[in-house]
Amino acid sequence: MPTSTAPGSSRERANTKLFEDVTCPFCGILCDDLEVERSGDILEVVKSGCGKSKAGFERKLPPSSPQIRGKDVPLAEAVAEAAKLIGEAELPLFGGLATDVEGMRAAMALAERSGGVVDHAASQAQYRNFKVLQSVGWTMSTLTETRNRADLIIIAGTDVAALHHRFFEKIAAPRESMFGVTAKKRTIVVVGKGLDKAARQAGVGELVTLPCKPERVGEVIGALRARLRGFRLNKVDIDGVKLADIDALADLCRKAAYGVVVWAPPAFDFPHAEFTVDQLAGLIKDLAPIQRFAGLTLGGSEGATTAASVATWLSGYPMRVSYASGVPDFDPYRCDISRMLRESEGDLLVWIGSYSPDFVPPATKIPTIVLGTPGMKLPKSTDVFIPIGTPGVDHAGRLIRVDSVVSLPLKNLGRAELPPVADIVSAIEAAL
Amino acid sequence: MLIKLTGGKVYDPANKVSGEIRDIYVEDGKIVAPRPDAKPDQTYDLKGKVVMAGAIDPHTHIGGGKMTIARMLLPEDHLGDLVARTDVTHAGCGHAVPSTHLAGYRYAEMGYTACFEPAMLPANARQAHMELGDTPMVDKGAFAMLGSDDYFLRQLSEKQDFEAIKDYVAWIMHASQAIAVKVVNPGGISAFKFNQRKLDLDEEHVYYKVTPRQIILNLARALGELGVTHPLHIHGCNLGVPGNIESTLDTIRAAEGLRIHMTHTQFMSYGTEGDKKFSSGAARLAELVNKSPNISIDVGQVMFGQTCTASGDSMRQYAIAKSAHPKKPVVMDIECDAGCGVVPMRYRDKSFVNALQWAIGLETFLLVDDPWRMFLTTDHPNGAPFYTYPHLIRLLMDKSFRDDAFQKINTDAQAASILPTITREYTLDEIAIMTRAGPAHSLGLKDRGHLGVGAAGDITVYKDDPNREAMFATPAMVFKDGELVVRDGKVVKVVQGATHVARPEYDKGIEKPLEDYFDRFHTVRMENFKLADEEIVKGDKGAIIVQPTKERAAA
Repeated sequence: MPTSTAPGSSRERANTKLFEDVTCPFCGILCDDLEVERSGDILEVVKSGCGKSKAGFERKLPPSSPQIRGKDVPLAEAVAEAAKLIGEAELPLFGGLATDVEGMRAAMALAERSGGVVDHAASQAQYRNFKVLQSVGWTMSTLTETRNRADLIIIAGTDVAALHHRFFEKIAAPRESMFGVTAKKRTIVVVGKGLDKAARQAGVGELVTLPCKPERVGEVIGALRARLRGFRLNKVDIDGVKLADIDALADLCRKAAYGVVVWAPPAFDFPHAEFTVDQLAGLIKDLAPIQRFAGLTLGGSEGATTAASVATWLSGYPMRVSYASGVPDFDPYRCDISRMLRESEGDLLVWIGSYSPDFVPPATKIPTIVLGTPGMKLPKSTDVFIPIGTPGVDHAGRLIRVDSVVSLPLKNLGRAELPPVADIVSAIEAAL
Repeated sequence: MLIKLTGGKVYDPANKVSGEIRDIYVEDGKIVAPRPDAKPDQTYDLKGKVVMAGAIDPHTHIGGGKMTIARMLLPEDHLGDLVARTDVTHAGCGHAVPSTHLAGYRYAEMGYTACFEPAMLPANARQAHMELGDTPMVDKGAFAMLGSDDYFLRQLSEKQDFEAIKDYVAWIMHASQAIAVKVVNPGGISAFKFNQRKLDLDEEHVYYKVTPRQIILNLARALGELGVTHPLHIHGCNLGVPGNIESTLDTIRAAEGLRIHMTHTQFMSYGTEGDKKFSSGAARLAELVNKSPNISIDVGQVMFGQTCTASGDSMRQYAIAKSAHPKKPVVMDIECDAGCGVVPMRYRDKSFVNALQWAIGLETFLLVDDPWRMFLTTDHPNGAPFYTYPHLIRLLMDKSFRDDAFQKINTDAQAASILPTITREYTLDEIAIMTRAGPAHSLGLKDRGHLGVGAAGDITVYKDDPNREAMFATPAMVFKDGELVVRDGKVVKVVQGATHVARPEYDKGIEKPLEDYFDRFHTVRMENFKLADEEIVKGDKGAIIVQPTKERAAA
């Protein structure tokens, strides 16, 4: 039986290959301790998997071909047709943008060249954060910092375990910590109703729940800030949260050596949720003069953090930029692609979705080019479809983690011979 | 291809050429010995022009997470300086925190051919190199930030064998693809996470029980024994604090003769004299630097206008957050590795403090005698955006221009500065040393910063304009690796520079404890922490140049 060992990365047995230190691209925290075994074109997560990573890596790809208006064509024809449509468009919209660093670099170049608009599908949620950052700033932590240091974690309105299945195991309630702040020595506070199941199972020293709807989290934190500043409040009843609950939380805050306020902007799915984020950032700011507190914002799936970071260093802005006039013209209201589609602005949608088949373009009447993972359900408006690889599965790549600090290499696990987004987008640009 | 640059007045201090008319020959990107008999493929007549090597900025924040935070933070700052795509160049934005492409174009348009990012967090190294990869035109490199990272502080605190400390420092340089090592508020970034709000040179970190002095000495010694050319790059304790001149002078004395580089000293040279308890420490700093040949410095000159401060020094950046303009400071605690603070800032000539900061910077430039140990920086964008360099050069070269500028600043600051009494005017030789030969020598860039045979064809040609600001703002020509890339101050060809790194020897055995450490405490595996060469060069992002290090020495 032939065996070969590539250092630190893969071991081969007959017909199967084991990959170690695999980074999972299927949620924003990018766990990189997975082991994945490949037999033919079948992948199996054999170590450190979670529901999301198993669903992502182990999904069987249906056969797929480039298409023009539903008809199979060779790749070159699809690329040429895409280039023709983009070349003719007055205002192409580059949406979705679920890709990796290289794919995002290429998408920015094409948008610039074609005078288009760039916006990630998740930016509606991200802008709840960006609006606060761009208005008042904030103080933030990162995953390793929180893992080792946080003795108080306040989870605000977010079902963290649903977004990141391993968050408690890896970050919030670790077995070991650099500074001895193990799970048993931590307090977790969940502000929100029905969100504390995973926290209860995490084995932390103390768990406190303040059940309320996500829409009311901002009020709870506002009341907390008022009490921490010494204001009197009468008759507090915020969706069931009482003054005594607020005061107990205030005590926990004052006692914390390093408190971390955790939220994911997708959890605040209601109008003007940036005011909720503003309360969370404000709580941290209020406590900062005498003690250490920081935020940790989560989410960032479908390459959202990567798209925002790459767009920012290339254009100056976290997406919602139009290159129609040649310069990067930033307008977070006007260049919101979901709004533009609703209001029939733009005359071509270019949609990039390389991770999940459910990441489909919104229904639209304008022609659509989809660079998608095989199995994506295409809308009727699709003129051109080009199947593309998933970074970290079908080809190598890099992604930026949800804390916007750490980025990780993604391996080519050799599942399918599918091209990276970057290659297709660059080919389209070359054909313009 | 053979190129001949003929008739120019050459300033090449590394080769002791001072304003002589010389012909320069470039073949295949390198400067070659004069070949008067050969027929060049291209000849450039440089009669009446000034010729220098391409300029090198040894300390400019142009790539990495904190810069992208700053970019994201300041849409209003970009608005005044939006740049459209051309046939040659990408679109982007400029001013305080330019987009990556624009940073590269504008450096080249100012005659620069190499830029070094001084504060690369190892945890953020991959992204820093991505951003540098998207910065065209110039060579680049980055300094790994150490000294507040848990692993190193643990090593010190546990009094581990010094060879292990050296191995770790070298390993970090390899893993993060660095050319040098910087320490920022030694131990202080970590101390801030434990809620210490200041950490003086001999003050103990509450958890690790080590002092900034120990951190500096260990890192400086480690780099020396590892044979790394650039000495420890130090952003000391107490940045921006009135009275910090004392800890700055103490830090220089603490080096005990070891080579160290004190960075952006303007921010570190404040006294407490006068009604406002804020005064210039420039003269005291210069006096000590002048008699300490082991010390080099850069200034971090402040210029008036809107900019954005961005530093790894989360402790001090939090402390100045109240001065933010606009009021939106960002602070981050990062990966038990480092931190950062991004605080937008507007320096005003009518503010006593800002005006005195400006004067302290200029005093420092003019009072330090040896230009080989003094580099021209604004600590971009902390003191000012790098586009202000030509103006700064004129302030240094033109006493009457400087006097006029001095008349416009806050009058109390005028009364507190000795600037008008300093008559020195920098010469072109000194400018060439400070912006080319000196940084190249200090960073160990063997084939940059000079025009001798074997050097890279990185050459800047200026009109000999008596208005030195105009001269340095708009070079007539810039050659990068022998190619004409800028003409009359505009990019005419986009090229991709190399990434310079240094790779001191280390014992691979260090990876055993490190792997265990990463597995137990980190959220990233050791193997994934390391940045592969392939990641830097892939996609035509330029080559990696490994600059030599001396043989590793035993303790």
